[in-house]
Amino acid sequence: MFPYKKYLRLDKFPHIWCTGCGCGIIMKAMLRAIERAKIQKDDVAIVSGIGCSSRTPGYLDFNTLHTHHGRAIAFATGVKLAKPKLKVIVVTGDGDATAIGGNHFIHAARRNLDMTVILYNNHIYGMTGGQVSPTTPFGKRASTAPYGSTEPDFDISILAIAAGASFVARSTCYHATQLDKLIEKALLKKGFSLIEVLAQCPTYYGRPNRLGNAVDMLRYYKENSIPVETAKKLSEEEKKGKITIGVLHDIERPEFCEEYQKLLDRVQIKHS
Amino acid sequence: MAQLNNRSIKIMTGNEACAEAAIVAGMRFFAGYPITPSSEIAEVLSKRLPEVGGVFIQMEDEIASMGAIIGASLSGLKSMTATSGPGFSLMQENIGYASMAEVPVVVVNVQRGGPSTGLPTLPSQADVMQARWGTHGDHPVIAVSPSTVQDTYEWTVKAFNFSEKYRVPVIILMDEIVGHLNEKIVIPDANEIEIINRPITTDPPEKYIPYKLTENDIPPIAHYGTGYRFNVTGLSHDETGFPTNDPKKIDALYRRINRKIERYKNEIIFYKTELLDDAEICLVSYGSSARSAKRAMREARASGIKVGLFQIYVLWPFPCEALREISNRIKKFIVPEMNLGQIAHEVECATRTECIKVNRVDGSPITPQEILEKIKYVSV
Ligand SMILES: Cc1ncc(C[n+]2csc(CCOP(=O)(O)OP(=O)(O)O)c2C)c(N)n1
Ligand code: SF4
Repeated sequence: MFPYKKYLRLDKFPHIWCTGCGCGIIMKAMLRAIERAKIQKDDVAIVSGIGCSSRTPGYLDFNTLHTHHGRAIAFATGVKLAKPKLKVIVVTGDGDATAIGGNHFIHAARRNLDMTVILYNNHIYGMTGGQVSPTTPFGKRASTAPYGSTEPDFDISILAIAAGASFVARSTCYHATQLDKLIEKALLKKGFSLIEVLAQCPTYYGRPNRLGNAVDMLRYYKENSIPVETAKKLSEEEKKGKITIGVLHDIERPEFCEEYQKLLDRVQIKHS
Repeated sequence: MAQLNNRSIKIMTGNEACAEAAIVAGMRFFAGYPITPSSEIAEVLSKRLPEVGGVFIQMEDEIASMGAIIGASLSGLKSMTATSGPGFSLMQENIGYASMAEVPVVVVNVQRGGPSTGLPTLPSQADVMQARWGTHGDHPVIAVSPSTVQDTYEWTVKAFNFSEKYRVPVIILMDEIVGHLNEKIVIPDANEIEIINRPITTDPPEKYIPYKLTENDIPPIAHYGTGYRFNVTGLSHDETGFPTNDPKKIDALYRRINRKIERYKNEIIFYKTELLDDAEICLVSYGSSARSAKRAMREARASGIKVGLFQIYVLWPFPCEALREISNRIKKFIVPEMNLGQIAHEVECATRTECIKVNRVDGSPITPQEILEKIKYVSV
């Protein structure tokens, strides 16, 4: 069995998540990824905003920073620039990252600052009781969309790619074994990396939309996911309603800290 | 550059002096978003910080700027941001975070008129109350207000010293006049400048308690990436830095973070008095308005009116006791300020007398003549 205990703050349990929530699955995948990537605990800083998913760092024995709703990436930018040797991981929710924190999200991607954002996309605002989110699919119900959402939703991965992220992958809580490999890749990638994970929130998304219990929701992910390789061969029509999983985007781009170091070298040589 | 011992004499603006002093104070991380009349601080620092190995980043907005400086401070760099009115409003959320998590940071607000976008290129002193009460909850505040370019240099260094010593965000309330004014400044020799650094823990990582109740109410800090794995949160937390719902621990936290400034307020509060010994009328002023007040005082004295000046450099904590003490001897307080009476209200509370206000909110400075007229009106 994987030595989870090594990474946990055991005295902080039991956790606050509902039975069947996807948050724990992602947290564990992240720990396996850190172990596989051979990164030391002292060299990892985990930053989060506010939300169910954002409670993750509290349970983990790293340098942890629990900030304001939407602001994790902004705080993480300071942490990373002040201590570039730190592996900075941002744990965030769909509301946290793309509603209130949307601006920070796209700009960190644009800067290609070296950090890994793990985004728990449960299509809903979990912590505040199931209100509509920028990723709630059109027509789905939420406590503030009792007649079904009348807004189109974001495709977060495409958003990140368009904004300039150098590595983007998507997976689901059903694909837990694939998930840790994707997170590992993201951790080892120099630059802004995003892992979007579809996570079941049986309490506030599953229930009003009659999606069944956690197992039903996981089954849905299983049956409706297609690997990127397969997706490439399908037409837009055939891909409709399917979740494309795997590495969606992996490119080389100048990374912010390295570019800044080059600037320091240039300016300081000039002045010495 | 003229030399005077190891001092140098220069002509510079308040904004430039603020940027230079911040570097002398040890600031090595600046994140900001441009806004008139503060932008020169960012511009100077974008050039100067790389020269000293520091980091300058222009963020996407003020919320991000404030978040980034908190993150950088927790990673060990003295950090600062600079803004004006609307940007200061956006920063409030994270200023609250810095108060709650006790993160040393300095926030410069070169004031312009408001509310809203208000008067972008014109001066004001109307953010005094926003500096005090801008963010939600009960929290302590230190805010300083320089009047001259020289003051700006000195008080910027002191702002860092306060923030480091007490682990609080410190606000420098400049105004457009001081920010853009070009005047003579004597830059002290670096050895003459007192620089205070934050208390760093001496406990080994396994014994480290991030918010330990120490005798002095200021817990020593550890930095990310130095082998101390601790948690920082904006939620109400216990000594260990983890969220708590225990009423006793919650109460202890709020009382301590407020007490730590209250108990040291005599070290923090700073004001200067001039010609108050025999004065019947006292001018209370700060920032650029104090310059006009001083001039008005001299002219009034020349015509035989007994008037003195109480110039406030540290607006928060407010010098209530000092004002109350002199209030027995003073017949009238006159408070000139570029707002509709924000500090006058505090003076009234402190002295329990109604003040005469000299206010301007039209983006023009208060002239010495306007103050002089009020002095004459009061003295007859
Ligand atoms: C400035 C601010 N606005 C609103 C809130 C209330 N709030 C807390 S969590 C949350 C949404 C959480 O949703 P999401 O980010 O998707 O995370 P989840 O709980 O679903 O993991 C909101 C709106 C807040 N804490 N701060
Ligand atoms: S509300 Fe949803 S996201 Fe939050 S803990 Fe419960 S299941 Fe998880």
